[in-house]
Amino acid sequence: MNGVATFPKAMPGYRELLQQVKSEIDEVDVTQARELLDAPERPLVVDVREPDEWTEGRIPGAIHIPRGNLESRIEQAAPDRAQPIFLYCAAGNRSAFAAKSLEELGYENVVSLAGGYTDWKRSGLETELPRTLDGEKRQRYSRHVLIPEVGEEGQLKLLDSRVLLLGAGGLGSPSALYLAAAGVGRLGIVDDDRVDASNLQRQVLHSTGRLGEWKAESAKRTLEELNPDVEVVPYIERLTSENVERILADGWDVIVDGADNFPTRYLINDAAVWHDIPLVHGSIYRFEGQATVFKPGAGPCYRCLFPQPPPPELAPSCAEGGVLGVLPGIVGSLQASEALKLCLGIGEPLVGRLLLFDALATEFSEVNLRRDPNCPVCGDSPTITEYVDYVEFCSGRPAHA
Amino acid sequence: MSRVRIPPMLRGEVGGVREVPAEGDTVRELLFDLMARFPSLRPQLVEDDDIAPFVNVYVEGEDVRTLDGLDTSVDHGSTVILLPAMAGGL
Repeated sequence: MNGVATFPKAMPGYRELLQQVKSEIDEVDVTQARELLDAPERPLVVDVREPDEWTEGRIPGAIHIPRGNLESRIEQAAPDRAQPIFLYCAAGNRSAFAAKSLEELGYENVVSLAGGYTDWKRSGLETELPRTLDGEKRQRYSRHVLIPEVGEEGQLKLLDSRVLLLGAGGLGSPSALYLAAAGVGRLGIVDDDRVDASNLQRQVLHSTGRLGEWKAESAKRTLEELNPDVEVVPYIERLTSENVERILADGWDVIVDGADNFPTRYLINDAAVWHDIPLVHGSIYRFEGQATVFKPGAGPCYRCLFPQPPPPELAPSCAEGGVLGVLPGIVGSLQASEALKLCLGIGEPLVGRLLLFDALATEFSEVNLRRDPNCPVCGDSPTITEYVDYVEFCSGRPAHA
Repeated sequence: MSRVRIPPMLRGEVGGVREVPAEGDTVRELLFDLMARFPSLRPQLVEDDDIAPFVNVYVEGEDVRTLDGLDTSVDHGSTVILLPAMAGGL
């Protein structure tokens, strides 16, 4: 009985509790709300209603955190306790309790909209209908929607995302399959090769019946069959200084590099730096693979990591050295995971870190990568500002200045 | 004594093993100890008396180019990773 005995009076009913909470928080009416939201330092607007209410309309720019998830999710949306927060629900009661909870969590500047969305709408103020997934998509992507970091908004973001893949081979196969399955709306695939029997030990986009077909076309068929929400744009050509600008002009948010040669890797690196597009790098040889993310402005580029390619006689390719079939499955899947995080803007991408995987030892290790201030492309005073002859640059002959 | 991780494309030069012990208090001493025993590693690792631009050397996960290059000190028991560029993706 010790807990109960300390209460000075009988437990309050809902009305009393609401009144008490309302007297302890800051409320604004619709007119004040409008001023707050029109101010240059706009507060974070949080809609605390249930999902079905949210889908019927909201205050423009609001984010949605249902009342029941508020305490667990608010820190991600507003890590700074001084961040002004504007809460609303339908009538201003749930948001009053929500404001009280946020104050208890240490948020210093929280207001609740008295009268809620009902008053806002009745006053003729602007509302917007959130985009939502239709029933079919909601089902297809339900396992994404369930993850708080992705959710419906995140899935819509993926459907709007555009990822360019270099190569529909070992690395490109798993990357493209997972990106398509995830519902990335547009996938570009650059590959000038045809499906060969020696590819099928690892290049899971293709199959025996596709021997001799263009890999980019075969990839398109496989991916669109997997997920008709995805538009696949095949480029049956090798990436060169002549076509790179045309291909990038189609607009890409992220590039996944699964190329098999140094000229293409240096070319796409330079292009990604100049176009400010994150580049997800992967490479494989025998039992070992590497992956990292070159994000312009946030970390090093490929040239910071390797200022020059090795002379050709010192650089065996998979065609010469071989590769364990499943290895690109692991490294390419890591690339897909990084690309999805970049599209969604979540997590800690592999920027400034090179992940090394050894399948024989089953060991992951990591080394740190730093941007080189003297890098000729992304450094403080770049000396390379336009495409060079990448084949010559990688041939071991001295590159022209 | 440090452990030097040999990348797959260089294992042919060291008898196929994944890791080779090497002696040295600096990266220079350590690489020269390695190259004395495995001379065919030399063109893969050094160029003009410096670390070749197509290979990276990491001591305890840090690129020695961002430290003191060949003069970077190596503590006894450190893990050193040699990492040449590799292009394979298909």
